[in-house]
Amino acid sequence: MIRGGFWAMGGYARFVWPSIGFAVAVLLWNIWSARRHHARALVRVRRAIQMARSEES
Amino acid sequence: MWRWFHRLASPPHLYRTAGALTPWFAFAAAILIGYGLVDGLAFAPPDYQQGDAFRIIYVHAPSAWLSLFGYTAMAVAGAIALIWRIKVGYAVAAAAAPIGASFTLSALVTGSLWGRPMWGTYWAWDPRLTSELILLFLYFGVISLRKAFEDPGRGDRASALLGIVGVVNVPIVHFSVYWWNSLHQGGTVMRLGKPEMPGSMLWPLLAMLAGFMCFFGAVLCVRVRAEILTRERQSTWVREVVAA
Amino acid sequence: MTPRRKRLWVVLGILAGVSASVALAVVAGRQDISFYYVPTQVALGKAPRDKDFRIGGLVMKGSVRRKPGDMTVHFVLTDYAHQVPVVYTGVLPDLFREGQGIIAHGQLGPNGVFVADEVLAKHDSKYMPPEIAAAVKKNAGIAGAAAAPSPRG
Repeated sequence: MIRGGFWAMGGYARFVWPSIGFAVAVLLWNIWSARRHHARALVRVRRAIQMARSEES
Repeated sequence: MWRWFHRLASPPHLYRTAGALTPWFAFAAAILIGYGLVDGLAFAPPDYQQGDAFRIIYVHAPSAWLSLFGYTAMAVAGAIALIWRIKVGYAVAAAAAPIGASFTLSALVTGSLWGRPMWGTYWAWDPRLTSELILLFLYFGVISLRKAFEDPGRGDRASALLGIVGVVNVPIVHFSVYWWNSLHQGGTVMRLGKPEMPGSMLWPLLAMLAGFMCFFGAVLCVRVRAEILTRERQSTWVREVVAA
Repeated sequence: MTPRRKRLWVVLGILAGVSASVALAVVAGRQDISFYYVPTQVALGKAPRDKDFRIGGLVMKGSVRRKPGDMTVHFVLTDYAHQVPVVYTGVLPDLFREGQGIIAHGQLGPNGVFVADEVLAKHDSKYMPPEIAAAVKKNAGIAGAAAAPSPRG
């Protein structure tokens, strides 16, 4: 099934594959962006902990 | 049932629950999307009318569905926060907004690439397309409004209000093709009566719809946890969790 | 962030909110935000004169005429109640054929012929593999033949 005809998509390859590609890119962006958001949140919390410690000392 | 809901309103409980759910959502999403893409792109038969171009449906329809579902979830979360003063609602709303916006963009782009060969144009000011574009602007509005205020509480409330006001657009997007003469056709799956698609084409589509929903769940959980950590960073339980 | 940056976000947020509200008000207020007029509306004079509009209907069987080598095509759009002839010069969408839903953009000429500058194809929400489509067509043909009254002398 995954022959040359598959990639040609019946002549509509230049519409089908960029569509699939864009959708997959959106999925990947979501994963990357959510993880980055989480990492930054951890940084903010750690900074708050440090500031609290320096105030105590 | 209400007890469970009330417990989720507590930030540490929501934080833990979201953390526990994430791997399940992610795993289900990977399986469903993996199967859906392979079956839909390689094994489903071509359409008698659109040929292989119809396969764009396997990313376009789930994106469009999620753009509407995401906005509704965001609006509901904001409304709950506003009306019941349940602050985690703002965290959920803030988490859902960028995810929903990205799927709205995906629906518009994949739809445009599908429209060019089938309809003959990349874009038309038809009721469905226009209202979906408005939905994208609403998402941007909700996101930017939250950042516009120095007081994050004010930003949350303004965002929630805009989310609620804009939610009238969601049924407009869905019903536009039935209420007015439009270029975009009516629904194949989301309609009363039987789906207008044989099983060989339908199963991968249903899998993609379910897979995208699980994906949304997984990403939402990660973002909600990030929001809670930021918003509650002055509290003891957060510091204990992070210091661990 | 700087106060100016913050004001920018405020403006963006308000802009988005206002444009959304305006759009929704337009949608709610206007009766006719439909994308096209149907042949009945055009035939009854309900479509604009001397102004561009869109007409949508089905391509009548046997109505497509095109001279070999010529890019100009004539066809008739119908909604089963009224017909409007259309003339168009240009590339037609892949889906264009008899029985297909078509939306044409242009103006109604003085002789009642719609002069189109853009032709779009509209398809329905049904999806079918080619074998099933052929079987459906064949069964419709058999059903049609069976339903037709047999001629009697």
